[in-house]
Amino acid sequence: MAIGPGTILYVVRRLLQAVPIVVGIVVLNFLLLQLAPGDAATVLAGEAGGAPPEYVAQLRERFGLDRPMHVQLLLYVKNVLTLDLGYSFRNSMPVSELIFGRLGPTLLLMGTTLIVSVLSGVLLGLVAATAVNTWRDRVISVAAVIAYATPLFWIGLMLILLFSIKLDWLPTTGMEDVVAFNEGWDRVLDIARHLVLPTLTLSLFYMALYTRMMRAAMLDQRGMDYVVTARSKGLAERLITYRHVLRNAVLPVVTMAGVQVGSLLGGSVIVESVFAWPGLGQLAFQSLFARDFNLLLGIFFLSACLVVLVNLIVDLVYLVLDPRIKLG
Amino acid sequence: MSEPALLALHGLSVALPVWADRERAVSELSLELRRNEIVCVVGESGSGKSVLARAIMGLLPAPHVRVTGGRVLFEGEDLLRAGPERMRAIRGARIAMIFQEPMTALNPLMTIGRQIEEMVEIHLALTRRQRRARILALLEEVRLADPQRIMRAYPHELSGGQRQRAMIAMALILEPAILIADEPTTALDVTTQAQILALIKELQRKHQTGVLFITHDFGVVAEIADHVAVMQHGILVELGAAAQVLNAPRHDYTKSLIAAVPALTPRPRREMEAAPVLLEVSGVMKTFGTGAAWFARGDRRVHAVKSVDLAVRRGHTLGLVGESGSGKSTLARCIIRLIEPDAGTVRLGGVDLSALSRRQLRPHRKHIQMVFQDPFGSLNPRLTVVQLIAQGPITHGVAASEALAIARELLQLVRLDPAAADRFPHEFSGGQRQRIGIARALALKPDLLVADEPVSALDVSVQAQVLQLLADIRDRLELTMLFITHDLRVAAQVCDEIAVMHHGEIVEFGPTIDVFADPQHAYTRELLAAVPGRNWIPPQLQR
Repeated sequence: MAIGPGTILYVVRRLLQAVPIVVGIVVLNFLLLQLAPGDAATVLAGEAGGAPPEYVAQLRERFGLDRPMHVQLLLYVKNVLTLDLGYSFRNSMPVSELIFGRLGPTLLLMGTTLIVSVLSGVLLGLVAATAVNTWRDRVISVAAVIAYATPLFWIGLMLILLFSIKLDWLPTTGMEDVVAFNEGWDRVLDIARHLVLPTLTLSLFYMALYTRMMRAAMLDQRGMDYVVTARSKGLAERLITYRHVLRNAVLPVVTMAGVQVGSLLGGSVIVESVFAWPGLGQLAFQSLFARDFNLLLGIFFLSACLVVLVNLIVDLVYLVLDPRIKLG
Repeated sequence: MSEPALLALHGLSVALPVWADRERAVSELSLELRRNEIVCVVGESGSGKSVLARAIMGLLPAPHVRVTGGRVLFEGEDLLRAGPERMRAIRGARIAMIFQEPMTALNPLMTIGRQIEEMVEIHLALTRRQRRARILALLEEVRLADPQRIMRAYPHELSGGQRQRAMIAMALILEPAILIADEPTTALDVTTQAQILALIKELQRKHQTGVLFITHDFGVVAEIADHVAVMQHGILVELGAAAQVLNAPRHDYTKSLIAAVPALTPRPRREMEAAPVLLEVSGVMKTFGTGAAWFARGDRRVHAVKSVDLAVRRGHTLGLVGESGSGKSTLARCIIRLIEPDAGTVRLGGVDLSALSRRQLRPHRKHIQMVFQDPFGSLNPRLTVVQLIAQGPITHGVAASEALAIARELLQLVRLDPAAADRFPHEFSGGQRQRIGIARALALKPDLLVADEPVSALDVSVQAQVLQLLADIRDRLELTMLFITHDLRVAAQVCDEIAVMHHGEIVEFGPTIDVFADPQHAYTRELLAAVPGRNWIPPQLQR
């Protein structure tokens, strides 16, 4: 596949097509949040240990919560379209500033998780499939089932218990040691050490899934006619596996990984909470309980954009991997 | 017989796994193949002919299917005793193979050039430049236009014929002594098949290759074989020179196979004017694909059927003949409104079906019924045979008990044991399932039966039986039939009239006997000239 003007045109078109989708999501999110009981005013009042109704009404007026819903919605959509995500009264900061501060850590966690889970899943699946029905295959398959079935937060807690508390090898919380004031490579190393446990926790489930998919895809592809052709050409089995089967088998795994980026975001809410990782997931969790709807909507909006973007990237990757796919 | 055989099989036996329906796929088979000779191995599905090919190449799906005895002597060397290293050196370089379906036999993610190059790379020490020169030369030899482009192309970017040519180029690039061809033209259209057969024969003569050609089609055998080996249930039942086996077969099984090959002589003319017109199709059009999507430019539409006019008289059979992609199935589906035509009218017995809404159409559905090509995919696996057949009448308001009784009667009509009524489709063979499919269609007592390639998935002997059955039923029930087929032999046997379709248009329409005797359109002539073994007239045999 050549990246030419056609590809750029395609990307631009896909981005344009994404606009109505994202707006739709924004509207839907807004309406869904209206269903939740209470608002920021009641929470603020509640935290102050109770407040007179006049004060709550005053708060509502200040936040614009007293206006009719459709007016609020139109106003919000209009603001979003001009990339103004509003103000978080809870944190006393513009939402965009809050979110973008947290975006980096989340992307870091998601990115490493994605890479680790896909690479190790593909690798383990490959090993299992090339040694099908031997002890290697069985160990990998059983481990994959266990990892698949175990809840995320429990894995996280157990990993903390083992590696941080018992062995004291790795830090448990945060993204870096803020009081150490590391710089340069020391800081990178420090972040990497903090990254190990959350990544491992979040990766295990997906790794198990990809391992199973890869194993199945490899076995499936090995039964295909082109493999017989390759044998009839006199190719050695290793060459057939690596040159012919592997690439064909990776395709479904890539598709799946692309689809699951969205759920990876969901999974990061739990993992970020367990490991106090200063990312979007944690922020979403806090803002939900504070009824900080502006902030929550902002996070949702960003997540939607992220998923749309990742899907586009996956499609482009697919274009490189599979020559049968045409831009359209 | 002075020259020693290139390949000699001595008492070769191949065992099947214990759960198979018979013990051996190939049993005590002996066969010889000489240089510059084409030996055709003919047999129906399950005869063990493909297993034989794989056994020679050492490509059996071990450990379930394995050679249990005999010798495979290639230039004096027993391949069954050769180690894996030695076998790899022989495969491709000395014995090459081509397959039935070139689309799946090629890796979809690799360019044609790369896949051929790989073959050269592992067997010869050549520079990249030398390899490429050799590939280009061979691509030219198999007459692929623009070899440079073909080398860079992926399999899906080529047509079926081009892919098979590329496969042949790949197989022949190392000038192997033997080419094993496993049904190499079965998946191709008839005109392409004729070209590929001619190409194989030409290259075989030029390179003095020994070809082991596996096929189920006696027409193909007549076209290219020097010697013929007939297999039945893993046993070689007859072996001899092509002319002898084709014209004076000795074994009963060979005789029955040859007797089952439909002759290329059309049905005699029947009185055309007497019967009223039952089905009238005018100006039917269908275009697939949608226009532009949001923000997208251009469209990718396929004009599957372009303004087709047809008429079928009551009690007659019209053959809709064409190659794959000619739009014949789409037209049939438009007629019974499985898909909505974009334009045109379909009148059945005076009722304009195309003007009716889906709901209004429902009571008329029973007047047209369809028999599908795939006897495996077209029957609901969760219903018993009698339920399958009775379903139609019950939907149209017949009492369940009555419908079930009709279903049992129909089973008798299609010559299935009524005791089989309560079994499920998977317990039947392909031919039996097709009979069930016919019974299902007949249950509604249709005026018009649309049969979409009803015998294409069947073996030749089963095909003959099903065709016979269709002919009997048609005469007995005075059915009108629209018979879709790509096989001119079948069309000649079954159809009173023929409509030849090409690129969504009917290029020729007339009584079968006239079309065969004096084809008017160039494409019809091309089709007729491409029928394999058209010069061979199957002998009249006592069955």
